[in-house]
Amino acid sequence: MTQIPGLAEEHTSTPLSSSQSITLRIAKYNPVHDTEKKFMEFNIPYEKWTTVLEAILEVKKHFDHSVAVRFSCRQATCGSCGMIINGKPRLACFTKISELNSNIITVEPMNNFPIIRDLAVKFERLFDTHHKVKPYIIRDDTEITSDTKEFLQSPEELEQYIQFSNCIKCGLCNSACPTMATDSSFVGPQALAQAYRYVADSRDKGKDTRLKIIDESHGIWRCHFAGSCSQVCPKGVDPAMGIQLLRGYMLGFKS
Amino acid sequence: MRESIIMKIHYGSALAAVGLVAVHILMRLTQGYAESLEYANVIRNYHFLPYAGMLEIILILLSIHGFIGLRVILLELKQGRIYEKVISYSCFIAMIGLITYGTRTIIMVNMG
Amino acid sequence: MTNNSENKKGIGGMIDPRRYGIERIAYLLMRLSGLGLLVYFIAHIYETSKILQGQFGWNEMIASTQTTHGHIILAIIIGMCVFHTVNGIRVMLGHGGVGVGTPTRPDYPYSPASQNIKHKIGIYSAIILAAIAMMYGLAVMFGELK
Repeated sequence: MTQIPGLAEEHTSTPLSSSQSITLRIAKYNPVHDTEKKFMEFNIPYEKWTTVLEAILEVKKHFDHSVAVRFSCRQATCGSCGMIINGKPRLACFTKISELNSNIITVEPMNNFPIIRDLAVKFERLFDTHHKVKPYIIRDDTEITSDTKEFLQSPEELEQYIQFSNCIKCGLCNSACPTMATDSSFVGPQALAQAYRYVADSRDKGKDTRLKIIDESHGIWRCHFAGSCSQVCPKGVDPAMGIQLLRGYMLGFKS
Repeated sequence: MRESIIMKIHYGSALAAVGLVAVHILMRLTQGYAESLEYANVIRNYHFLPYAGMLEIILILLSIHGFIGLRVILLELKQGRIYEKVISYSCFIAMIGLITYGTRTIIMVNMG
Repeated sequence: MTNNSENKKGIGGMIDPRRYGIERIAYLLMRLSGLGLLVYFIAHIYETSKILQGQFGWNEMIASTQTTHGHIILAIIIGMCVFHTVNGIRVMLGHGGVGVGTPTRPDYPYSPASQNIKHKIGIYSAIILAAIAMMYGLAVMFGELK
């Protein structure tokens, strides 16, 4: 562990000059030459509105430019800054330091995702599994060939899936899932919830196709309803609900 | 076999076994726990054909449920085509083995 | 145990019950009780086969299991059996989409409808019933109850 005291000379445009401060522990790991994670510690002042992402960016600006972190929108919309914060998957931009109630904040890359470097992880597998469940409306008459050119839907029909369309593909659910901790082939809560999002869409006719895709040895049946995915979702998607409702079709509870 | 069929068998065998296991345990309690385990009592149970039949059904249901459950856990621990085939067949063989061994006890005691 | 290439926590991550509430604890207990019951079931099939050795073989087997340790192990088995059954019914209903809530537009702060009070009551009931069954089993085995 390396302790780097004091601030560098450089000035920040948004100075964090509060009397309160926390110790930010950042996991450093480069798969090219490191065998295991090392933690760097930084003393960071914070205000009650300071987010973990802002604290990490403060470190990047003043202490260690090399910290690798992926971020973009800073408002829980792009789903880029997912990481393990004090042991739980969270969006760094959506997590205020003050709400963690701890003087030590430990940030690590998300579990169940290969590490690129430090806090940045690869999303290829998440996008692959997402793509695998055909995340788009399937029907024979497409907009291009249909005379009507639009598919009407009642507000009640919209309610059936709108919650699941809030998914920002941040990967927190896959990171929290206990099955994914050991099963590299599991399709995962993110993709399964998206399968439900389209199956429940009244415009979609691809239910049978999708149910067939997820009915395999590492498909929907490897979910055991532990619900950790729903507890960490920053958008209220509740993947566990979607998965169980989807499984309801396969067990004959729904048609 | 499709995974959904395997899991429906897993759930179905569990539900069916719950009632029968309850009867099996109640038989121990209604006769008095220690008395019910006496040799003569146990032999009498095995000779009573409906009870012996129930034991056989419990044996089959719990073997199926138990080994499908074990297969699920093992499939989640490690992946790979060969590993998964080995696990699936091993669990099936172990299930058949256990059913055969238990059936042998039930039949031999019931017949003799 | 971390698999560095995939950054997976492995079995340690799977069985870690911290931070995710009672549902994750129920998931762990369900696995452990399932494995425990399978081991007991195999042992039970083996021990009951001793009846084929006649009265002597049977009595010898009974004597080896009717000890304080044997009773405690059997009480744990009873607890596992009750928990696995009650929680199993809850999980099965959940798997069918029963009691997991209905889709709706989520409002901040988000509270997952699938992790609702009905399922929490189901889990706590399973634990309480398992504890009661264990105590009853111990009372019966140690001769307190006939």
